[in-house]
Amino acid sequence: MTPPTAPVLDRTDADRTAKNALAIADCDVHVVPGDMQKELFPFLEKRWQDHIATYGTRPRQGFAGGPAYPKGQPDAARRDAYPPNGGKPGSNLNFMRTHHLDPLNVQMAVLNPLRTGQGMQNLECATAFSRAINDWQVAEWTSKEPRTKGSVVVTYEDTPAAVQEIEARAGDPNFVQVLLLSRSAEPFGQKRYLPMFEAAAASGLPVGIHAFGYGGAPVSGGGWPSYYLEEMIGHAQCQQALLMSLVMEGVFERCPDLKVVLVEAGFAWLPSLCWRMDKLWARMRDEVPHVKRPPSEYVREQVWLTTQPMEEPEVKPHLLDTVNWIGWDKLLFATDYPHWDFDHPDHALPVRVTEEQQTGFFLQNALDLYKPQPVV
Amino acid sequence: MAEAARQRTKHVVATLAEMPPGTRKLVTIGKREIALFNIDGEFFAVLDRCPHQQGSLCKGKLIGLVESKEPGEYRYSRPQQIVRCPWHGWEFDLRTGQSQVDPSSIRVRPYPVEVADGSTVKQGPYRAEVFDVHVEDQYVVIAV
Repeated sequence: MTPPTAPVLDRTDADRTAKNALAIADCDVHVVPGDMQKELFPFLEKRWQDHIATYGTRPRQGFAGGPAYPKGQPDAARRDAYPPNGGKPGSNLNFMRTHHLDPLNVQMAVLNPLRTGQGMQNLECATAFSRAINDWQVAEWTSKEPRTKGSVVVTYEDTPAAVQEIEARAGDPNFVQVLLLSRSAEPFGQKRYLPMFEAAAASGLPVGIHAFGYGGAPVSGGGWPSYYLEEMIGHAQCQQALLMSLVMEGVFERCPDLKVVLVEAGFAWLPSLCWRMDKLWARMRDEVPHVKRPPSEYVREQVWLTTQPMEEPEVKPHLLDTVNWIGWDKLLFATDYPHWDFDHPDHALPVRVTEEQQTGFFLQNALDLYKPQPVV
Repeated sequence: MAEAARQRTKHVVATLAEMPPGTRKLVTIGKREIALFNIDGEFFAVLDRCPHQQGSLCKGKLIGLVESKEPGEYRYSRPQQIVRCPWHGWEFDLRTGQSQVDPSSIRVRPYPVEVADGSTVKQGPYRAEVFDVHVEDQYVVIAV
């Protein structure tokens, strides 16, 4: 896809942002290999290079070229995020530094690659590809730029392979979390996935679960919707479903050290979901005796959410009510750079908060959760 | 109306020659950044910042107006006269600055633009520090 031609500009975004920009953590940055052959294939065995060249990568989900996004925003990106020397948004470290990391004073960026093997039907190919994406993150990003931290991409539909990859990367300071996608073949709390969550908990890595996915089921509970809008708003629904599953199947109870981050799910739905789970659990807890505590307690202790896409209520103080319930220590700021629905830190929180709340929201909560370590 | 009463000063921001139809330019006048467009020979200028989250409109795509009475039927008009913010896609009518989403209360400020002959510009009162004004040339002038 040819990128749109950029107009002639007289200044860079670096000039636009205030000199003393607020220090932030960005917990959702998307990176992609600029050139698959040159950057990714060196990490793929020849057997898989040949396989992909001959048979391609067959997606799990039929008749889908990829995740739904509005085609008026090519590559689902901001139109100003194309590196000047070519390549897709998110493919160039130097441009990401000058366009995003430096002017927005990003102290830590969590990399969430989306073009991974997680959507592939051929599980062995998927595992090889995901492992290569993890090696590529280290080679092209985290070893070169200390502000970037990688995610351990795992093929969650092949649980033993996922466990193996988590154990292989445990303790590696290049990575700060495991990465799953929200639309899985079965709800994430189900038994087949448990060893993966146990491995993550044992490794000390939080599990980030990002919107999208290739489970094969529609985003809604009632069939395939007609409009992109429904797919996008539907991310919240998917994440609510998987959160419920993790709670009700007892994954949090069984893995008290497990930490989960819901990425790009929105967050304003969390109070009402927890009220409903608590109310029904109180009456029907004998169906799920393994869930020993009120659901909202597990959520409070073991779940975090990223802020993008930021909620925009008509009455801005309603946002305060919502976040007061969730907890000012539970939200992790994210921009979703370079995607078009990017949140700019200057405008993301249009309500007055205390300095402690602001620092937590924009930076400290992420540092406390991910505890990034330098790569030697 | 307060707008009409406000004193405006005129600023020369470009030569006509450097801005053929289909081009755009980001200009700075004082503290304001203004996105200037030549659409089919007609000039439009709006404040560069999107009222949503301050994205730069000068980097946005130009589209037309799509109107529809019902699903499956649409009408397309005013090609290239709507600018879409490169970030979240908010759309603004370049002629009036009004947003598509809520024309009565959300808009971006438009600025009057004219093309003036060099001879007029030389007479003033125009701000033209950056231009060497030649009477035989024509200039794009924004009133701020």
